[in-house]
Amino acid sequence: MLWVAWKMLVGNRVKYLGIVFGVVFAAVLIAQQASIFCGLMSLTVSQIRDVEGPGIWVMDPNVQYVDDIKPLADTELFRVKSVPGVAWAVPFYKGLGRARLPEGTYEQMIILGLDDATYVGAPQGIFMGSVADLRKPDAVIMDDAGYKRIWPGEPFRLGRTFEMNDRRAVIVGITKASRTFQSFPIVYTRYSQAVAFAPPERKVLSFVLADAQPGVPATEVCRKIKERTGLLALTREEFLWRTIRYYLEKSGIPINFGITVLLGFLVGTAIAGQTFYLFTVENIRQYGALKAMGASNGTILMMVLGQGMQVGIVGYGLGVGLASLFGWFVKGASRLAFFMPWQVLALTAVAVFVIVLVASLLSIRKVLVVEPAIVFRG
Amino acid sequence: MPGSDAAADVAIRVRGVTKDFGTGTAVTRALRGVDLDVPYGELLMLAGPSGCGKTTLVSIVAGTLEPTAGDVRVLGQDLVTISSGGKVKFRRDNVGFVFQTFNLLPTLTAVENAAVPLLIAGWPRRRAVEAAADVLDQLGMGDRLPSLPNELSGGQQQRVAIARALVHQPRLLVCDEPTSALDAENGRITMELIQQIAVQPGRAVIVVTHDARVYPFADRIASMEDGRIDAVAPGPFPVGFNPG
Repeated sequence: MLWVAWKMLVGNRVKYLGIVFGVVFAAVLIAQQASIFCGLMSLTVSQIRDVEGPGIWVMDPNVQYVDDIKPLADTELFRVKSVPGVAWAVPFYKGLGRARLPEGTYEQMIILGLDDATYVGAPQGIFMGSVADLRKPDAVIMDDAGYKRIWPGEPFRLGRTFEMNDRRAVIVGITKASRTFQSFPIVYTRYSQAVAFAPPERKVLSFVLADAQPGVPATEVCRKIKERTGLLALTREEFLWRTIRYYLEKSGIPINFGITVLLGFLVGTAIAGQTFYLFTVENIRQYGALKAMGASNGTILMMVLGQGMQVGIVGYGLGVGLASLFGWFVKGASRLAFFMPWQVLALTAVAVFVIVLVASLLSIRKVLVVEPAIVFRG
Repeated sequence: MPGSDAAADVAIRVRGVTKDFGTGTAVTRALRGVDLDVPYGELLMLAGPSGCGKTTLVSIVAGTLEPTAGDVRVLGQDLVTISSGGKVKFRRDNVGFVFQTFNLLPTLTAVENAAVPLLIAGWPRRRAVEAAADVLDQLGMGDRLPSLPNELSGGQQQRVAIARALVHQPRLLVCDEPTSALDAENGRITMELIQQIAVQPGRAVIVVTHDARVYPFADRIASMEDGRIDAVAPGPFPVGFNPG
């Protein structure tokens, strides 16, 4: 009888497309907005992700997220190194600087200072120049998106210069880097160079990057660092989630996106539910006839739910497909953040399931109470 | 579903059946103590003016409506005491329906519509469609199997409805005004088909009608008035017969 239900549904093209439209509308809006939200959240932690190598980040206990820099004294590096279980520890500078370009314009930039000796945290996507070139005087490696932002339409060229804090900076490499939440250009340089580029401050050490000795759990080392130094030590994943939690709790981003997702859900439910209900009412005599011919309420229930599921699967597929297509286009053509992890697909699937369930329930009540004797009435 | 009915040749036995609609002061009594016997192999017509209770009575006999009081025994099954699930199964296995407005599913083809009772009974789709095609062929509709209802004339749609009613070989056929939506010629053809194919020794047929043109096809005519059966007239009935 599922086959009969399917033919009843798709045979009424206008109603069928109306119901599918409602589900697609909701699925597109939910998947697209949730993906943009995830994209934004992923931007907030892109700099943590890009720093490969260290498993432990050490910082001031009051740091709430990766851009919330509360500089440490340089001596903290040695205290961290002295904690049992720490394999190695290096300084890491992160700050904002104002660059003066040869054209006379100014540009805010994110300065990342890598340990002079090891370059721990160096970018992995260098496609022009090399990380070893950072040893040259005034050398910086710039991210490609930042380069294009400063010099739009111009080809990548090494040797370009600009000024930061009245010091010359020379581009010795171009790298791919994940976009940041602030969307400023990123320059990588030696720690000692970064401190010189930065506005003068009494304390300049942003983070200590460390790793645990082989066989020692990173969480255990973090606990020891906290005990011995009073600093906040987090594993990479913990710092990542601390940053995301900050944005979730302290910014209006989740509410804004949540409202849009909720709106999509409600409008989708209303369209799909109402159209499905009208479809059922239109076919109520047919359902009555089926009941008169011996179809049980269980069979009718299965038919209506089957129709709902069919619409849900089609609507979900189209909706998620359209949202993915949107993401594919905007990623290539704009700077809109878009990241669709499997959790977004699962969330959309749950939402679509609820929509078709609600839409079906409205209709189910109608068909279950209809008496088979209705078919004898003119 | 045969049982140990005292009168084994009686397909339908109705005794003292009343049916009320509404409650309190708004109650309407549609049936007022109806008694009726229909033997196997008979085509009984229920005649009478609109609102006299014909459809209510046939709905109770078909197991789609509960009587308020009285006894209803159909094909040996007590329809008053049977569970609602049992009644659904009873209808599925034993009753074929022909409706006034055909009630064909508009998005199913003729053969698919005719196969619906078998699909309800759980037959595989292919076998159900093959069986339905055989019945439609017997009814002269072999060349219209893939047609949708809106591509068929009223008479052809009613033939599909008859095929649907007979495809699972029910022992009771209930027809509600089967000719009222048809012209005289198609009405005659429909009744001829019902008489030739449906009326069998192990089957009973009840036809609700107030179309006097079809009275000659009845074995007996029970005329109803104001919720009661006034008279039961035995056939044959000449053209133009008026049961009163």
